[in-house]
Amino acid sequence: MYRIIRRPSIWREMDQLQREMNRLFAATEQEKFINSPGFPSINIWANEEGQFISAEMPGFTAEDIDIDATADTLTISGSRTMDESGEETRYHRNERGYGEFKRTIQLPFMIDTNSVKASFKNGVLAIHLQRAEADKPKKIAVKSA
Amino acid sequence: MTKKEEKSLDIPKQEVVDSEEMERTRDRRCYVPRTDIYETENEIVLIADVPGADEESLDISLEKGILTINAYVDEMAPEGFKRIYSEYESGDYKRGFKLSDEIDQSKIKAVVKNGELRLEMPKAEPAKAKKIKVKAA
Repeated sequence: MYRIIRRPSIWREMDQLQREMNRLFAATEQEKFINSPGFPSINIWANEEGQFISAEMPGFTAEDIDIDATADTLTISGSRTMDESGEETRYHRNERGYGEFKRTIQLPFMIDTNSVKASFKNGVLAIHLQRAEADKPKKIAVKSA
Repeated sequence: MTKKEEKSLDIPKQEVVDSEEMERTRDRRCYVPRTDIYETENEIVLIADVPGADEESLDISLEKGILTINAYVDEMAPEGFKRIYSEYESGDYKRGFKLSDEIDQSKIKAVVKNGELRLEMPKAEPAKAKKIKVKAA
């Protein structure tokens, strides 16, 4: 007869502690702002029918922005150039960024790529996405045996 | 400088810290708009990022040599949706600059497009140097 001897592992305890801490912090982080992984910073709103993503992109034009959508990701890319500087130009402040950017966002649910609507007004990009029919939550009837 | 330079676009938003103990009556947060200022031979150009503001919601005033930019931005939350992920907050913008005497304050031109404000401030004609004659008494 063999007995399984389980020695309590220190690492397992630490792992569990780590996981509990993560869970604790994740719960408090919902209201706060997470460090955005790249430009532009986005806000996502959602309801059962679809999603709405907004991003602040001042100084860009509608032609400079490219949006690619797949069933579950959205990629925003574009570029902004600085003003041409001549011989005599002297900079007093240079706080704005410029250059190219590309950001891919993982969407919380699948979308219908044919019905993506994007508008750009006053430097704010607004993208409207419809939820894919197949992904809508279906009601499951519970039968009593 | 015509080579393509890159500078980080991802600069976090900075909130205004009112040092004069003045409170704002509006309910929204107030941010400091990122601004570029450069000077050419004939003018000083100021470019500020004010996304969400248009020509009606911008209030630029020049008083006693101090240029104040105020932009009012409304909440743009869509109806019937719930916010599930947020990386930025939208808010008003406010920033002040002290202008030097070399700007002709009556000829300042302001244009706003796509959330970007451009202020073109032409330099004034240099005051003619006056020669003062000294007489021996």
